[in-house]
Amino acid sequence: MSNVLLIAEHDAGVVKKTSLKALTAAKVIATKQGGNVTVLVYGAGAPAAAEILKTFGVSTVYTVQGEVFDHPVAEALLAATIEAQKASGATFVLAASSSTSKDFLPRVAARLNAGMASDVMAIIDAKTFKRPMWAGNITATVELTTALKVATVRATEFETASEGGGTGTVQALSVPIDSGSLKSRFVKRVEVKSTRPDVTSAARVVSGGRGVKSAEGFKIIENLADALGAGVGASRAVCDAGWVPNDLQIGQTGKVVAPDLYIAVGISGAIQHIAGMKGSKVIVAINKDPEAPIFQVADYGLVADLFVAVPQFIEAIRS
Amino acid sequence: MKILVIVKRVEDPEIKIKLKADGSGIETEQMKYVVCPFHEIAVEEALRVRDASGGENEVVALCVGPEDATQQLRTALAMGADRAIHVVAATSALDPTLEAIACEKVIREESPEIVILGKQAIDDDLGVLGGMLAERLGMSQGTFASKEISLDSDEEKSKIPALKIEGGRLTVVREVDGGIETLSLSLPALVTTELRLNMPRYASLPGIMKAKKKEIRTIQLSDAIGDATMQLKVIKLEAPPKRQAGMIVPDVATLVSKLRNEAKVI
Repeated sequence: MSNVLLIAEHDAGVVKKTSLKALTAAKVIATKQGGNVTVLVYGAGAPAAAEILKTFGVSTVYTVQGEVFDHPVAEALLAATIEAQKASGATFVLAASSSTSKDFLPRVAARLNAGMASDVMAIIDAKTFKRPMWAGNITATVELTTALKVATVRATEFETASEGGGTGTVQALSVPIDSGSLKSRFVKRVEVKSTRPDVTSAARVVSGGRGVKSAEGFKIIENLADALGAGVGASRAVCDAGWVPNDLQIGQTGKVVAPDLYIAVGISGAIQHIAGMKGSKVIVAINKDPEAPIFQVADYGLVADLFVAVPQFIEAIRS
Repeated sequence: MKILVIVKRVEDPEIKIKLKADGSGIETEQMKYVVCPFHEIAVEEALRVRDASGGENEVVALCVGPEDATQQLRTALAMGADRAIHVVAATSALDPTLEAIACEKVIREESPEIVILGKQAIDDDLGVLGGMLAERLGMSQGTFASKEISLDSDEEKSKIPALKIEGGRLTVVREVDGGIETLSLSLPALVTTELRLNMPRYASLPGIMKAKKKEIRTIQLSDAIGDATMQLKVIKLEAPPKRQAGMIVPDVATLVSKLRNEAKVI
Protein backbone atom coordinates (compact mmCIF):
# COMPACT_ATOMS: atom_id res chain seq x y z
CA MET A 1 0.00 0.00 0.00
CA SER A 2 1.28 3.43 -0.90
CA ASN A 3 -0.81 5.59 1.36
CA VAL A 4 -0.75 9.36 1.59
CA LEU A 5 -0.62 11.28 4.88
CA LEU A 6 -2.13 14.77 4.98
CA ILE A 7 -1.33 16.98 7.97
CA ALA A 8 -4.48 19.08 8.43
CA GLU A 9 -4.81 22.35 10.34
CA HIS A 10 -7.89 23.49 12.21
CA ASP A 11 -9.19 26.40 14.28
CA ALA A 12 -10.65 25.06 17.54
CA GLY A 13 -11.84 21.89 15.79
CA VAL A 14 -13.02 23.54 12.55
CA VAL A 15 -10.88 22.23 9.68
CA LYS A 16 -9.23 25.03 7.70
CA LYS A 17 -10.40 25.51 4.14
CA THR A 18 -6.78 25.41 2.93
CA SER A 19 -6.46 21.90 4.42
CA LEU A 20 -9.66 20.77 2.66
CA LYS A 21 -8.13 21.97 -0.60
CA ALA A 22 -4.89 20.15 0.16
CA LEU A 23 -7.07 17.07 0.79
CA THR A 24 -8.08 17.20 -2.87
CA ALA A 25 -4.37 17.12 -3.80
CA ALA A 26 -3.86 14.20 -1.37
CA LYS A 27 -6.68 12.26 -3.06
CA VAL A 28 -5.20 12.83 -6.52
CA ILE A 29 -1.80 11.57 -5.38
CA ALA A 30 -3.36 8.58 -3.56
CA THR A 31 -5.24 7.60 -6.73
CA LYS A 32 -2.12 7.95 -8.86
CA GLN A 33 0.03 5.84 -6.55
CA GLY A 34 -2.69 3.36 -5.61
CA GLY A 35 -3.28 3.99 -1.90
CA ASN A 36 -5.58 5.57 0.63
CA VAL A 37 -5.59 9.03 2.15
CA THR A 38 -4.87 9.21 5.86
CA VAL A 39 -4.92 12.42 7.89
CA LEU A 40 -3.19 13.71 11.01
CA VAL A 41 -4.74 16.42 13.18
CA TYR A 42 -3.21 17.67 16.40
CA GLY A 43 -3.98 19.89 19.37
CA ALA A 44 -6.97 20.50 21.64
CA GLY A 45 -9.59 20.53 18.86
CA ALA A 46 -8.21 17.44 17.09
CA PRO A 47 -11.07 15.01 17.98
CA ALA A 48 -13.70 17.46 16.67
CA ALA A 49 -11.67 18.09 13.48
CA ALA A 50 -11.27 14.31 13.04
CA GLU A 51 -15.05 13.80 13.19
CA ILE A 52 -15.38 16.22 10.26
CA LEU A 53 -12.45 14.83 8.27
CA LYS A 54 -13.46 11.15 8.52
CA THR A 55 -16.52 11.85 6.34
CA PHE A 56 -14.36 12.98 3.40
CA GLY A 57 -13.52 9.57 1.99
CA VAL A 58 -10.30 9.04 3.94
CA SER A 59 -9.32 5.71 5.50
CA THR A 60 -7.96 6.85 8.88
CA VAL A 61 -7.72 10.09 10.79
CA TYR A 62 -5.01 10.11 13.45
CA THR A 63 -5.33 12.49 16.37
CA VAL A 64 -2.53 13.67 18.60
CA GLN A 65 -3.15 15.63 21.76
CA GLY A 66 -1.25 16.84 24.78
CA GLU A 67 0.18 20.03 26.16
CA VAL A 68 3.03 20.27 23.62
CA PHE A 69 0.53 20.18 20.75
CA ASP A 70 -1.45 23.23 21.84
CA HIS A 71 1.37 25.50 20.63
CA PRO A 72 3.59 22.95 18.92
CA VAL A 73 7.17 23.69 17.90
CA ALA A 74 8.59 22.07 14.74
CA GLU A 75 10.25 19.22 16.68
CA ALA A 76 6.89 18.24 18.23
CA LEU A 77 5.10 18.20 14.86
CA LEU A 78 8.01 16.24 13.43
CA ALA A 79 7.59 13.57 16.12
CA ALA A 80 3.80 13.41 15.60
CA THR A 81 4.17 13.17 11.82
CA ILE A 82 6.73 10.37 12.07
CA GLU A 83 4.38 8.39 14.39
CA ALA A 84 1.45 8.91 11.99
CA GLN A 85 3.56 8.03 8.97
CA LYS A 86 4.62 4.77 10.62
CA ALA A 87 1.05 3.94 11.63
CA SER A 88 -0.38 4.64 8.17
CA GLY A 89 2.50 3.26 6.12
CA ALA A 90 2.35 6.47 4.08
CA THR A 91 4.96 6.98 1.38
CA PHE A 92 3.81 10.54 0.72
CA VAL A 93 3.41 13.27 3.37
CA LEU A 94 1.86 16.60 2.47
CA ALA A 95 0.14 19.70 3.85
CA ALA A 96 -1.24 22.99 2.57
CA SER A 97 1.48 25.66 2.40
CA SER A 98 1.34 27.67 5.63
CA SER A 99 3.80 29.13 8.11
CA THR A 100 3.38 25.90 10.12
CA SER A 101 3.95 23.41 7.29
CA LYS A 102 6.87 25.43 5.89
CA ASP A 103 8.41 25.29 9.36
CA PHE A 104 8.23 21.58 10.18
CA LEU A 105 7.88 19.64 6.89
CA PRO A 106 11.50 20.24 5.75
CA ARG A 107 12.53 18.58 9.04
CA VAL A 108 10.21 15.66 8.27
CA ALA A 109 11.76 15.35 4.79
CA ALA A 110 15.28 15.26 6.25
CA ARG A 111 14.28 12.69 8.89
CA LEU A 112 12.62 10.41 6.31
CA ASN A 113 15.39 10.99 3.74
CA ALA A 114 12.57 12.11 1.45
CA GLY A 115 12.79 14.63 -1.38
CA MET A 116 10.55 17.64 -0.87
CA ALA A 117 8.71 19.94 -3.28
CA SER A 118 7.20 23.21 -2.00
CA ASP A 119 4.11 25.06 -3.20
CA VAL A 120 2.95 22.35 -5.60
CA MET A 121 0.49 23.88 -8.08
CA ALA A 122 -0.32 20.84 -10.23
CA ILE A 123 0.12 17.08 -9.96
CA ILE A 124 1.26 15.30 -13.11
CA ASP A 125 1.85 11.89 -11.55
CA ALA A 126 2.71 10.61 -8.07
CA LYS A 127 6.27 11.90 -8.36
CA THR A 128 6.05 14.77 -10.87
CA PHE A 129 4.69 18.20 -10.06
CA LYS A 130 4.52 21.77 -11.24
CA ARG A 131 5.70 24.49 -8.89
CA PRO A 132 6.64 28.18 -9.17
CA MET A 133 10.21 29.51 -9.25
CA TRP A 134 11.61 33.07 -9.45
CA ALA A 135 8.52 34.67 -7.89
CA GLY A 136 6.21 32.81 -10.24
CA ASN A 137 7.94 34.11 -13.39
CA ILE A 138 8.79 30.53 -14.28
CA THR A 139 6.82 27.34 -13.76
CA ALA A 140 9.05 24.33 -13.16
CA THR A 141 8.15 20.69 -13.63
CA VAL A 142 10.01 18.78 -10.92
CA GLU A 143 10.42 15.14 -10.03
CA LEU A 144 10.99 13.65 -6.59
CA THR A 145 13.33 10.69 -7.02
CA THR A 146 13.04 9.22 -3.50
CA ALA A 147 10.85 6.35 -2.26
CA LEU A 148 9.34 8.60 0.41
CA LYS A 149 8.13 12.04 -0.66
CA VAL A 150 7.10 15.27 1.07
CA ALA A 151 5.31 18.31 -0.35
CA THR A 152 3.51 21.48 0.55
CA VAL A 153 0.70 22.38 -1.84
CA ARG A 154 -0.60 25.77 -2.85
CA ALA A 155 -4.22 25.59 -1.68
CA THR A 156 -5.45 28.21 -4.16
CA GLU A 157 -4.70 25.82 -7.04
CA PHE A 158 -7.01 23.03 -5.80
CA GLU A 159 -10.77 22.74 -5.30
CA THR A 160 -12.18 22.17 -1.83
CA ALA A 161 -12.63 18.41 -1.21
CA SER A 162 -16.18 17.18 -0.89
CA GLU A 163 -17.67 14.80 1.66
CA GLY A 164 -18.61 11.24 0.83
CA GLY A 165 -16.75 8.19 -0.40
CA GLY A 166 -16.98 6.28 2.87
CA THR A 167 -16.36 6.99 6.51
CA GLY A 168 -12.90 6.52 7.90
CA THR A 169 -11.85 5.47 11.39
CA VAL A 170 -10.44 7.83 13.99
CA GLN A 171 -7.41 6.66 15.89
CA ALA A 172 -5.67 8.46 18.76
CA LEU A 173 -1.89 8.21 18.60
CA SER A 174 0.42 8.67 21.53
CA VAL A 175 3.60 10.56 20.77
CA PRO A 176 6.32 9.98 23.33
CA ILE A 177 7.58 13.52 23.86
CA ASP A 178 7.29 16.07 26.63
CA SER A 179 8.13 19.76 26.59
CA GLY A 180 11.27 19.16 28.69
CA SER A 181 12.86 17.00 25.98
CA LEU A 182 12.40 19.57 23.21
CA LYS A 183 15.24 21.90 22.27
CA SER A 184 12.78 24.62 21.20
CA ARG A 185 10.31 26.02 23.73
CA PHE A 186 7.13 27.98 23.02
CA VAL A 187 7.11 31.28 24.92
CA LYS A 188 4.13 33.30 23.68
CA ARG A 189 1.95 34.12 20.73
CA VAL A 190 0.42 37.50 19.92
CA GLU A 191 -2.59 37.11 17.64
CA VAL A 192 -3.52 39.70 15.03
CA LYS A 193 -7.16 40.25 15.91
CA SER A 194 -9.42 40.62 12.92
CA THR A 195 -13.12 40.15 12.35
CA ARG A 196 -12.61 40.25 8.57
CA PRO A 197 -12.47 37.16 6.35
CA ASP A 198 -9.12 35.36 6.05
CA VAL A 199 -7.51 36.44 2.76
CA THR A 200 -6.43 32.93 1.80
CA SER A 201 -10.06 31.78 1.63
CA ALA A 202 -12.04 35.05 1.16
CA ALA A 203 -14.08 35.55 -2.03
CA ARG A 204 -12.97 39.18 -2.16
CA VAL A 205 -9.74 40.83 -1.09
CA VAL A 206 -8.85 44.53 -0.98
CA SER A 207 -5.14 45.36 -0.69
CA GLY A 208 -3.39 48.64 -0.04
CA GLY A 209 0.08 49.76 -1.08
CA ARG A 210 2.51 52.60 -0.57
CA GLY A 211 -0.02 55.00 -2.13
CA VAL A 212 -2.02 55.09 1.14
CA LYS A 213 0.91 57.11 2.57
CA SER A 214 0.41 56.27 6.28
CA ALA A 215 -1.20 53.96 8.83
CA GLU A 216 -4.04 56.49 8.99
CA GLY A 217 -4.32 56.42 5.20
CA PHE A 218 -4.63 52.62 5.23
CA LYS A 219 -8.04 52.92 6.99
CA ILE A 220 -9.58 53.80 3.63
CA ILE A 221 -8.59 50.28 2.44
CA GLU A 222 -10.28 48.71 5.46
CA ASN A 223 -13.42 50.77 4.83
CA LEU A 224 -13.64 49.56 1.24
CA ALA A 225 -13.03 45.98 2.37
CA ASP A 226 -15.81 46.26 4.96
CA ALA A 227 -18.22 47.69 2.39
CA LEU A 228 -17.52 44.63 0.21
CA GLY A 229 -17.29 42.07 3.03
CA ALA A 230 -13.72 41.47 1.85
CA GLY A 231 -10.47 40.38 3.47
CA VAL A 232 -7.64 42.92 3.76
CA GLY A 233 -4.16 42.53 2.33
CA ALA A 234 -1.13 44.75 1.84
CA SER A 235 2.02 45.14 -0.19
CA ARG A 236 5.46 44.63 1.34
CA ALA A 237 6.13 48.39 1.57
CA VAL A 238 3.11 48.89 3.82
CA CYS A 239 4.13 46.02 6.13
CA ASP A 240 7.78 47.11 6.25
CA ALA A 241 6.70 50.64 7.23
CA GLY A 242 4.77 49.16 10.15
CA TRP A 243 1.44 50.67 9.04
CA VAL A 244 -0.26 47.26 9.22
CA PRO A 245 0.63 43.89 10.77
CA ASN A 246 3.13 41.80 8.76
CA ASP A 247 0.55 39.03 8.58
CA LEU A 248 -1.26 41.01 5.86
CA GLN A 249 1.54 40.81 3.28
CA ILE A 250 0.56 39.28 -0.06
CA GLY A 251 3.25 38.14 -2.50
CA GLN A 252 6.14 35.80 -3.25
CA THR A 253 7.20 35.69 0.37
CA GLY A 254 3.87 36.46 2.02
CA LYS A 255 0.47 34.94 1.45
CA VAL A 256 -0.78 33.71 -1.91
CA VAL A 257 -4.42 34.51 -2.63
CA ALA A 258 -6.83 33.75 -5.47
CA PRO A 259 -10.21 35.35 -4.67
CA ASP A 260 -13.03 36.01 -7.15
CA LEU A 261 -12.27 39.73 -6.84
CA TYR A 262 -8.93 41.32 -5.95
CA ILE A 263 -8.75 45.09 -5.66
CA ALA A 264 -5.24 46.57 -5.56
CA VAL A 265 -5.28 50.14 -4.31
CA GLY A 266 -2.16 52.32 -4.49
CA ILE A 267 -0.04 49.27 -5.30
CA SER A 268 2.48 49.72 -8.11
CA GLY A 269 2.67 45.98 -8.80
CA ALA A 270 6.22 44.71 -8.21
CA ILE A 271 6.63 41.16 -9.56
CA GLN A 272 6.97 39.92 -5.99
CA HIS A 273 3.46 41.23 -5.20
CA ILE A 274 1.93 39.99 -8.45
CA ALA A 275 3.29 36.50 -7.63
CA GLY A 276 0.87 36.42 -4.70
CA MET A 277 -2.35 37.50 -6.42
CA LYS A 278 -2.22 36.82 -10.16
CA GLY A 279 -4.40 33.73 -9.76
CA SER A 280 -7.36 35.94 -8.77
CA LYS A 281 -10.38 35.67 -11.10
CA VAL A 282 -10.99 39.40 -11.51
CA ILE A 283 -8.31 41.99 -10.70
CA VAL A 284 -9.04 45.69 -10.24
CA ALA A 285 -6.25 48.24 -9.94
CA ILE A 286 -6.65 51.80 -8.68
CA ASN A 287 -3.47 53.84 -9.01
CA LYS A 288 -2.71 57.43 -9.96
CA ASP A 289 0.34 56.40 -12.01
CA PRO A 290 -0.87 55.22 -15.45
CA GLU A 291 2.51 53.50 -15.98
CA ALA A 292 2.20 51.33 -12.85
CA PRO A 293 2.88 47.67 -13.79
CA ILE A 294 -0.18 46.54 -11.84
CA PHE A 295 -2.32 47.70 -14.81
CA GLN A 296 -0.69 45.01 -16.97
CA VAL A 297 -2.39 42.27 -14.97
CA ALA A 298 -5.62 44.11 -14.11
CA ASP A 299 -8.95 43.32 -15.78
CA TYR A 300 -10.21 46.78 -14.84
CA GLY A 301 -7.88 49.68 -14.22
CA LEU A 302 -8.77 53.10 -12.88
CA VAL A 303 -6.16 55.85 -13.05
CA ALA A 304 -7.13 58.05 -10.13
CA ASP A 305 -6.16 59.45 -6.74
CA LEU A 306 -7.18 56.72 -4.34
CA PHE A 307 -8.25 59.22 -1.69
CA VAL A 308 -10.87 60.54 -4.14
CA ALA A 309 -11.81 57.29 -5.91
CA VAL A 310 -12.14 54.93 -2.93
CA PRO A 311 -14.74 57.02 -1.02
CA GLN A 312 -16.74 57.25 -4.28
CA PHE A 313 -16.39 53.47 -4.67
CA ILE A 314 -17.71 52.87 -1.13
CA GLU A 315 -20.57 55.28 -1.76
CA ALA A 316 -21.48 53.52 -5.03
CA ILE A 317 -21.49 50.07 -3.38
CA ARG A 318 -23.73 51.27 -0.58
CA SER A 319 -26.21 53.03 -2.86
CA MET B 1 30.57 32.92 20.12
CA LYS B 2 30.81 31.71 16.55
CA ILE B 3 28.02 32.48 14.11
CA LEU B 4 27.86 30.85 10.70
CA VAL B 5 25.81 32.62 8.05
CA ILE B 6 24.80 31.05 4.76
CA VAL B 7 24.65 33.28 1.69
CA LYS B 8 23.24 32.38 -1.70
CA ARG B 9 24.08 33.77 -5.13
CA VAL B 10 20.87 34.62 -6.99
CA GLU B 11 19.72 36.66 -9.96
CA ASP B 12 19.11 40.34 -9.19
CA PRO B 13 15.44 40.55 -8.06
CA GLU B 14 15.09 43.86 -9.95
CA ILE B 15 15.76 42.18 -13.30
CA LYS B 16 12.86 40.44 -14.99
CA ILE B 17 13.47 36.70 -15.34
CA LYS B 18 12.93 35.39 -18.87
CA LEU B 19 13.01 31.89 -20.24
CA LYS B 20 15.52 31.02 -22.99
CA ALA B 21 13.85 30.44 -26.33
CA ASP B 22 14.52 26.68 -26.18
CA GLY B 23 13.27 26.45 -22.60
CA SER B 24 16.56 24.96 -21.38
CA GLY B 25 17.00 27.57 -18.67
CA ILE B 26 16.62 31.24 -17.92
CA GLU B 27 18.20 34.01 -19.95
CA THR B 28 21.53 34.87 -18.31
CA GLU B 29 22.92 37.37 -20.76
CA GLN B 30 23.41 40.74 -19.05
CA MET B 31 22.14 39.19 -15.81
CA LYS B 32 23.45 40.62 -12.57
CA TYR B 33 23.92 38.45 -9.50
CA VAL B 34 23.52 39.47 -5.89
CA VAL B 35 23.36 37.99 -2.41
CA CYS B 36 19.78 36.76 -1.98
CA PRO B 37 17.98 39.56 -0.04
CA PHE B 38 16.86 37.18 2.72
CA HIS B 39 20.43 35.97 3.21
CA GLU B 40 21.70 39.55 3.21
CA ILE B 41 19.41 40.13 6.21
CA ALA B 42 20.94 36.99 7.76
CA VAL B 43 24.45 38.46 7.33
CA GLU B 44 23.35 41.71 8.98
CA GLU B 45 21.83 39.89 11.95
CA ALA B 46 24.93 37.72 12.36
CA LEU B 47 27.09 40.87 12.51
CA ARG B 48 24.78 42.50 15.06
CA VAL B 49 24.76 39.43 17.30
CA ARG B 50 28.56 39.21 17.07
CA ASP B 51 29.05 42.87 17.90
CA ALA B 52 26.60 42.78 20.83
CA SER B 53 28.21 39.71 22.45
CA GLY B 54 31.21 39.94 24.73
CA GLY B 55 34.33 37.80 24.33
CA GLU B 56 35.81 36.16 21.26
CA ASN B 57 33.31 36.39 18.44
CA GLU B 58 33.45 35.44 14.83
CA VAL B 59 31.11 35.49 11.82
CA VAL B 60 31.87 32.88 9.15
CA ALA B 61 30.08 33.17 5.78
CA LEU B 62 29.34 29.99 3.83
CA CYS B 63 28.22 29.72 0.21
CA VAL B 64 27.48 26.70 -1.92
CA GLY B 65 27.65 27.94 -5.47
CA PRO B 66 29.60 28.35 -8.70
CA GLU B 67 33.13 29.82 -8.99
CA ASP B 68 31.68 33.32 -9.37
CA ALA B 69 29.90 33.06 -6.03
CA THR B 70 33.15 34.39 -4.55
CA GLN B 71 31.63 37.80 -5.40
CA GLN B 72 28.75 37.16 -2.99
CA LEU B 73 31.13 35.93 -0.29
CA ARG B 74 33.22 39.10 -0.81
CA THR B 75 30.02 41.11 -0.28
CA ALA B 76 29.43 39.33 3.05
CA LEU B 77 33.08 39.92 4.01
CA ALA B 78 32.83 43.59 3.01
CA MET B 79 29.73 43.95 5.20
CA GLY B 80 31.89 42.69 8.08
CA ALA B 81 32.03 38.88 8.15
CA ASP B 82 35.44 37.65 9.38
CA ARG B 83 36.15 34.83 6.95
CA ALA B 84 34.40 32.70 4.35
CA ILE B 85 34.05 29.14 3.10
CA HIS B 86 33.10 28.43 -0.49
CA VAL B 87 31.76 25.03 -1.49
CA VAL B 88 32.37 25.19 -5.23
CA ALA B 89 29.54 23.69 -7.27
CA ALA B 90 28.69 23.75 -10.96
CA THR B 91 25.61 25.87 -10.33
CA SER B 92 23.59 27.84 -7.78
CA ALA B 93 20.50 25.84 -8.71
CA LEU B 94 21.38 22.90 -6.53
CA ASP B 95 19.18 20.17 -5.12
CA PRO B 96 18.34 21.36 -1.57
CA THR B 97 19.26 18.00 -0.04
CA LEU B 98 22.73 18.10 -1.63
CA GLU B 99 23.10 21.70 -0.44
CA ALA B 100 22.05 20.63 3.06
CA ILE B 101 24.59 17.77 3.06
CA ALA B 102 27.37 20.13 1.95
CA CYS B 103 26.42 22.76 4.56
CA GLU B 104 26.13 20.07 7.25
CA LYS B 105 29.70 18.93 6.63
CA VAL B 106 31.10 22.45 6.95
CA ILE B 107 28.95 23.29 9.98
CA ARG B 108 30.03 20.12 11.82
CA GLU B 109 33.66 21.13 11.29
CA GLU B 110 33.08 24.72 12.37
CA SER B 111 30.62 23.95 15.22
CA PRO B 112 29.08 27.43 15.50
CA GLU B 113 26.61 28.30 18.28
CA ILE B 114 24.24 29.92 15.78
CA VAL B 115 23.53 29.19 12.10
CA ILE B 116 21.60 31.91 10.22
CA LEU B 117 20.22 31.85 6.68
CA GLY B 118 17.39 33.35 4.64
CA LYS B 119 13.95 31.72 4.96
CA GLN B 120 13.99 31.04 1.22
CA ALA B 121 16.15 31.83 -1.79
CA ILE B 122 14.43 33.99 -4.39
CA ASP B 123 15.45 31.75 -7.30
CA ASP B 124 14.04 28.34 -6.40
CA ASP B 125 11.61 29.73 -3.78
CA LEU B 126 11.77 26.34 -2.03
CA GLY B 127 12.35 27.45 1.56
CA VAL B 128 13.42 24.01 2.76
CA LEU B 129 17.16 24.29 3.41
CA GLY B 130 16.85 25.70 6.95
CA GLY B 131 14.58 22.96 8.30
CA MET B 132 16.48 20.17 6.51
CA LEU B 133 19.75 21.46 7.92
CA ALA B 134 18.44 21.89 11.47
CA GLU B 135 17.21 18.30 11.42
CA ARG B 136 20.47 16.91 10.01
CA LEU B 137 22.44 18.81 12.65
CA GLY B 138 20.02 18.01 15.48
CA MET B 139 19.63 21.73 16.21
CA SER B 140 16.70 23.71 17.56
CA GLN B 141 15.14 25.96 14.93
CA GLY B 142 13.53 29.37 14.73
CA THR B 143 12.22 29.97 11.21
CA PHE B 144 10.89 33.29 9.83
CA ALA B 145 12.73 35.37 12.45
CA SER B 146 11.42 38.92 12.68
CA LYS B 147 10.84 41.54 15.34
CA GLU B 148 7.88 43.33 16.82
CA ILE B 149 9.25 46.82 16.35
CA SER B 150 9.24 48.69 13.04
CA LEU B 151 12.25 49.04 10.76
CA ASP B 152 11.88 52.82 11.29
CA SER B 153 12.51 52.57 15.05
CA ASP B 154 15.54 53.94 16.93
CA GLU B 155 16.39 50.42 18.10
CA GLU B 156 16.74 49.39 14.46
CA LYS B 157 18.86 52.45 13.65
CA SER B 158 21.25 51.67 16.49
CA LYS B 159 21.70 48.14 15.08
CA ILE B 160 20.60 46.27 18.18
CA PRO B 161 20.20 42.57 17.33
CA ALA B 162 16.66 41.19 17.34
CA LEU B 163 17.98 37.76 18.31
CA LYS B 164 18.63 37.80 22.06
CA ILE B 165 20.95 35.43 23.89
CA GLU B 166 20.24 34.93 27.58
CA GLY B 167 21.22 32.17 29.95
CA GLY B 168 22.57 30.02 27.13
CA ARG B 169 19.33 30.23 25.14
CA LEU B 170 18.34 32.21 22.08
CA THR B 171 15.03 34.09 21.93
CA VAL B 172 13.50 34.37 18.46
CA VAL B 173 10.39 36.32 17.47
CA ARG B 174 8.74 34.69 14.45
CA GLU B 175 6.23 35.84 11.86
CA VAL B 176 3.51 33.19 11.61
CA ASP B 177 0.09 33.10 9.95
CA GLY B 178 -2.25 35.11 12.16
CA GLY B 179 0.33 36.75 14.40
CA ILE B 180 3.74 36.78 16.02
CA GLU B 181 5.22 33.93 18.04
CA THR B 182 8.18 33.89 20.43
CA LEU B 183 10.35 30.80 20.91
CA SER B 184 13.23 30.08 23.26
CA LEU B 185 15.89 27.88 21.63
CA SER B 186 18.70 25.87 23.16
CA LEU B 187 22.13 26.45 21.58
CA PRO B 188 23.35 25.58 19.03
CA ALA B 189 20.36 26.94 17.13
CA LEU B 190 19.43 27.49 13.50
CA VAL B 191 17.53 30.63 12.51
CA THR B 192 15.96 31.60 9.17
CA THR B 193 15.25 35.25 8.47
CA GLU B 194 12.12 37.13 7.40
CA LEU B 195 12.16 40.45 5.57
CA ARG B 196 11.48 42.56 8.63
CA LEU B 197 14.27 41.32 10.88
CA ASN B 198 16.56 44.25 10.01
CA MET B 199 17.76 46.65 7.32
CA PRO B 200 21.07 45.29 6.02
CA ARG B 201 24.02 47.71 5.96
CA TYR B 202 25.84 48.64 2.77
CA ALA B 203 29.45 47.57 2.49
CA SER B 204 31.65 50.60 3.19
CA LEU B 205 34.68 51.43 1.04
CA PRO B 206 37.12 50.47 3.85
CA GLY B 207 35.02 47.34 4.31
CA ILE B 208 35.44 46.44 0.63
CA MET B 209 39.21 47.04 0.86
CA LYS B 210 39.50 44.88 3.99
CA ALA B 211 37.40 42.13 2.43
CA LYS B 212 40.02 41.62 -0.28
CA LYS B 213 42.49 40.42 2.35
CA LYS B 214 40.09 38.13 4.20
CA GLU B 215 40.34 34.38 3.83
CA ILE B 216 38.01 32.40 1.53
CA ARG B 217 38.61 28.68 1.96
CA THR B 218 37.35 26.52 -0.91
CA ILE B 219 36.01 22.97 -0.90
CA GLN B 220 34.82 21.07 -3.96
CA LEU B 221 31.17 20.02 -3.82
CA SER B 222 32.04 16.40 -4.65
CA ASP B 223 34.31 16.27 -1.59
CA ALA B 224 31.51 17.66 0.60
CA ILE B 225 28.64 15.42 -0.54
CA GLY B 226 30.33 12.12 -1.36
CA ASP B 227 28.06 9.88 -3.41
CA ALA B 228 24.75 11.51 -2.35
CA THR B 229 22.31 11.88 -5.24
CA MET B 230 19.63 14.38 -6.19
CA GLN B 231 16.21 14.06 -4.61
CA LEU B 232 14.48 16.90 -6.45
CA LYS B 233 15.09 17.05 -10.19
CA VAL B 234 14.01 19.94 -12.36
CA ILE B 235 12.64 18.35 -15.54
CA LYS B 236 11.40 21.37 -17.43
CA LEU B 237 10.98 25.13 -17.14
CA GLU B 238 8.18 27.02 -18.84
CA ALA B 239 6.66 30.47 -18.80
CA PRO B 240 3.40 30.56 -16.83
CA PRO B 241 0.21 31.48 -18.72
CA LYS B 242 0.22 35.22 -19.26
CA ARG B 243 -2.58 37.31 -17.87
CA GLN B 244 -4.06 39.65 -20.45
CA ALA B 245 -4.31 43.28 -19.47
CA GLY B 246 -7.94 44.38 -19.44
CA MET B 247 -9.41 47.82 -19.90
CA ILE B 248 -8.88 51.21 -18.33
CA VAL B 249 -12.20 52.60 -17.08
CA PRO B 250 -12.75 56.37 -17.02
CA ASP B 251 -14.38 56.70 -13.59
CA VAL B 252 -15.65 54.96 -10.47
CA ALA B 253 -19.24 54.77 -11.78
CA THR B 254 -18.07 52.79 -14.84
CA LEU B 255 -15.89 50.55 -12.68
CA VAL B 256 -18.76 49.67 -10.33
CA SER B 257 -21.10 49.08 -13.25
CA LYS B 258 -18.56 46.75 -14.93
CA LEU B 259 -18.00 44.81 -11.71
CA ARG B 260 -21.76 44.44 -11.20
CA ASN B 261 -22.96 43.72 -14.72
CA GLU B 262 -20.00 42.37 -16.68
CA ALA B 263 -17.76 40.56 -14.18
CA LYS B 264 -20.64 39.97 -11.75
CA VAL B 265 -18.36 39.96 -8.72
CA ILE B 266 -20.13 42.52 -6.52
